[in-house]
Formats: sequence, C-alpha cells, structure tokens
Amino acid sequence: MTPVELFSEPFMQRALLAALFTGLAAPVIGTYLVQRRLALMGDGLGHVAVTGVAVGLLTGYSPTWTAVVVAILGAIAIEVVRERGNTNGDVALALLFYGGLAGGVLLTGLGGRRAAELQQYLFGSITTISDGDVVVTLVLAALVVVVGVGLSPQLFAVAQDPEFARVAGLRVRFYNLVVAVLAAVTVTVAMRTVGLLLVSALMVVPVATSQQLTRSFRATLVAAMVLGTLASVGGLVISAFASYQATVAPGPTIVLLSLAGFVVTWPVGVWLRHRARLRRPFADEAPDEHTVSDHDHDHGPGCGHVAVPHDDHVDYVHDGHRHAPHGTHYDEH
Amino acid sequence: MPVIEVRDGAVALSGRPVLRGIDLRVERGEFVALMGANGSGKSTLVRALTGLRPLSRGGITLFGTPLEDFHEWHRIGFVPQRSGAASGVPASVREVVSSGRLTRRRLLRPLGAADRRAIDDAIELVGLGARARDGVSTLSGGQQQRVLIARALAGDPELFFLDEPTAGVDLPNQKVLTDALAALKERGASIVLVAHELGPLATLVERAVVMRDGRVAYDGPPIPDHVVHEPWLGEAHGHHHHARHESSYARDHAPHVRSPLEGRP
Repeated sequence: MTPVELFSEPFMQRALLAALFTGLAAPVIGTYLVQRRLALMGDGLGHVAVTGVAVGLLTGYSPTWTAVVVAILGAIAIEVVRERGNTNGDVALALLFYGGLAGGVLLTGLGGRRAAELQQYLFGSITTISDGDVVVTLVLAALVVVVGVGLSPQLFAVAQDPEFARVAGLRVRFYNLVVAVLAAVTVTVAMRTVGLLLVSALMVVPVATSQQLTRSFRATLVAAMVLGTLASVGGLVISAFASYQATVAPGPTIVLLSLAGFVVTWPVGVWLRHRARLRRPFADEAPDEHTVSDHDHDHGPGCGHVAVPHDDHVDYVHDGHRHAPHGTHYDEH
Repeated sequence: MPVIEVRDGAVALSGRPVLRGIDLRVERGEFVALMGANGSGKSTLVRALTGLRPLSRGGITLFGTPLEDFHEWHRIGFVPQRSGAASGVPASVREVVSSGRLTRRRLLRPLGAADRRAIDDAIELVGLGARARDGVSTLSGGQQQRVLIARALAGDPELFFLDEPTAGVDLPNQKVLTDALAALKERGASIVLVAHELGPLATLVERAVVMRDGRVAYDGPPIPDHVVHEPWLGEAHGHHHHARHESSYARDHAPHVRSPLEGRP
C-alpha cells in the first residue's frame, strides 16, 4: 500500500481528525492545570477513567460515556478535597490514582474480559476509532476549546489568585468546577488517541514546552495549542510511515514527539532566562561619589560586554565591574 | 452614609473566637490604617470586611448594603498579601492587571477601549509602564506588590483594602507605593490598609485603628509606630499603665517562654 492510499483510507482520515482535535483541546485545559500546579491531575483523572471504561465493558454501555461520567465524578471529588483543604491536592490525587487503576483492573476481571480489551484504552488505539467515536471526540474537543478560550480571563484570574477573584465578585467555586469537569472531558477525549495512561502528557508537555519561550499567559496558551496539534498529528503521520518497517503504536509516538519538542526547547529557555537575568536593570541608585575607572576599552553597542540599564544610563559589565560612561571616561558603579 | 460599618462583629476560626466586639465606621474618603502586632487580628478583620471570612455574630454593611446582599464588587479594590509563589505558567504584568477589570466586564466580551485605558492608567500610576509586557515572576518583590495595587486600581473602585502592602518592600518601592496611594486619596477613594509599620505611609494616614488580641484597642489620630506596640495601649485602666508596666504584668500578644529553672520575677 502506498502512502497516498494509506492516507486516503477512511480509518486513517478518522484518526487524523481525532488527532487534530485532541491535540488542539488537551493543552487548553493543561495550561490551567499547570497554572494551578496540578499538572498531574490529568494523570489522576486518567486512572479514574480506567474504572469508567471497565464499568462500560462490564455493563455493555459505551466505555467512552461511562468514562466521561466516572472521570467527571472523580474531578468533582478532587475539587471537594482540595477546597476542604485538609488533605493536600497531591495526596488527593495519589488516592485517586490507586483507587481508579485498581478498580478498573478488578472490574475488567470480574466481567471476564481480557486485559487486551482494556489495553486499547490504556495506551490508545486511534486507528480503530469508529465514525461515532470521531463525532463524539470532535464535539467534546470543540466544547473544551470554546469554554477554555472563551472564559480565559475568568479562569486565569481564579487560578492566579482565588481570593482576589472572590473579592472581585467571581464565583470561584463554579470556575474551579468548570476546570475540573473540562479536565475530565479532555481525558476521555484523548483516551482513544494516546490512551488513559499517557493522557496527561498531551495536556502538560506542550505547556511545559511553550512556557520555555513565552512571557505571557495568552502566548503560552496559544503556543501550547499549536505544539499539541503538531505533536499529535505529526506523531500519527510518523507512526503511519514507520509502520512499513515495524510495529509502531501512534499513542506513544505522539507523546515521544511532544517530549522531543520539550528537549529541544528547554536549553533555549535556559539560555533566554539566563540572558534576561544578566540584562535585568540594576535597581540601586547611582553612587554619589565619583570613582573614575582607569581603563582603555571603549564600550558601545556590540562591544561584547553586557549592557544593563541603570537609573538613567547604561552600565557595561566588564570583568566583574560596572562601567558607566561619563564624558570621556568611565565611572565605577 | 459610611462606606463601612461594622456592628458588634466577631469572627471565629474553626470555633475559636478570633475577633470579638468589633465596632467600626469608616466614612467616605477616609484613609485608615489597621495596625497591631502579628496575630492581633488585623488581617482577619480585612478578610471579614471583604467577605472572605464569615462573621460569627454581628453585621457588616458596605455602602449601606449588608455584606451578604452586596454585589457591587466593582466598588471594592482588594490588594491581598503578596503570595510568594508565582503561578506555574508565566503571566505578564498587563495580564495580571487586566484581571482587576473583570469586575466591570461581561462574560465572553473582549476588552473595550475604556477597559484598555483603565488598565494602561493603572500600570502607569504604579510606574511600571516600561515593564507591562514582562513576566510578573521576573519582577522584584516591591514591583510585584505594585502590580497587585495596579490590579485593584484597574476596576476604578471607590473603596480599597490593602493587606500589608509594605511588608518586605524596600524603601524606594515603598515611596512609589505611597505616591500611588496619595493619588488615590486625591481622587476621593476611601482606603483601609493593614500595616505592621507605616514607614513613608505615615504622611497619608488620617486615622489609626490598633488591634490587640482580636479587639480594637485604639481608634483615633495616627500614633507613632513604636507606641502601637506599647503594652499599655488599649488597657481598660489606662491610667494605671505605668505601674502595671513596671511590675511587668504587661501581657504580650505572644506567650512568654521560660525555662523551668527560671524563677518568677
């Protein structure tokens, strides 16, 4: 089969559509989770959704819908535990991890199903996705993007400073629940693409990558959506081509491609932050005493020394000294 | 009509009474400093006034409306204590200040021209115009505090609550803060600020309310910082204070720690 034939196959086109929408939606909610320092919440919900899938397999209902319901219940449970404040958010997450996974495996066994059936939900099977599943994926993903981007001023404010948001008259609890429910929906959307155990990667890794380079929330959000889409469509295409030579699963390929993006970007981010620190203006006031530095180098743009704003002038950092131009000579600052 | 009125206010945290018998009136345009030692309840009082802590008895009215029925949050500007940790995702100064405008924005509407102007003015007033696009986490502590003030300013409120705006802020930044608050006072805003020490703000404060052990110990013209922490302040029998002070019966707000071998004085 030639690549052209492969990509004109209906199953491949369904897979591409699902990958496109999942890649666009997952980082939206991932951005809010990372902002709240709940990056692992997607993982916790993924584990809870395993129980949901098992309930579906056991009862004969569609596992997608039972997973949505159980994941939403889990998300609300996390929110309640977090709000009551007695248990740390991460402890609550850990409890859900274990309970969700154990419950799922137990129920699958009870139903007499083989582990292989659960496996396609654990690690994704985007190429076996049905027409109905594609429609559900598209609708839910669109919902996540519309709500996540449309309410971004409110969701940003609530995550940034909940107390300020409350005094500003925002219904903080409502918005927290919106984020939790959207996270649960995202998990089940991404379930068919990358699988429940890797869902969180598609939510968090693009955000981690984009914030290496960005300074604002909006830029982080948009860049993460672009990166997520590139990773998920790119990963699917790579795995399709690689499948001529070997058995390559799309889910892990998507996640590894996304991680590769982070590995490439991280050194750039480290360098950018280092550079920004070097060039941060000196906050102290210029010294009153006048110390002339004896030195025969002419500083200027492109002289090779870092120029740092200081009060109303520029200091050049030179061998651990700060040289400020003054008339025909340089002062020590 | 006072902008704030508290009658017999009390706050309990998990059943333990923290604030008791608070009566307070703040008139329009007043600049009030809530002072007192750590743990005296001054921050709790501000949290009660902003609705973050429910009262266990008594009542609060803001602009003549009981707090539980109060919905005109755009009239309130709140500057919380600066939390040390920035959030997990970068946010620019402009974005943080913009969230202060949410009190006046409708859902799902983009920023209008008036919103943009208010946000720019607020950033300009705290002297951060050149850094509006920078990430908040790259700013110094004092500059971050100024961002929080600009955020409260962006909603054009009439009544400001500031919780320890000068804590951990260096002197140059305190001066910028003082200038910003002076500009607010000029516009006729009412200001209630919590402070451990006033520093440069002393020139603006018209009235000091000193808290001690959850009660109002003093309410009147501003007093010097060191007097606030004198043990006799607010004692019911103030005229005895010298005698009590010398016999070292004076109760501090913190329990004394003595080793078992140390005799009572």
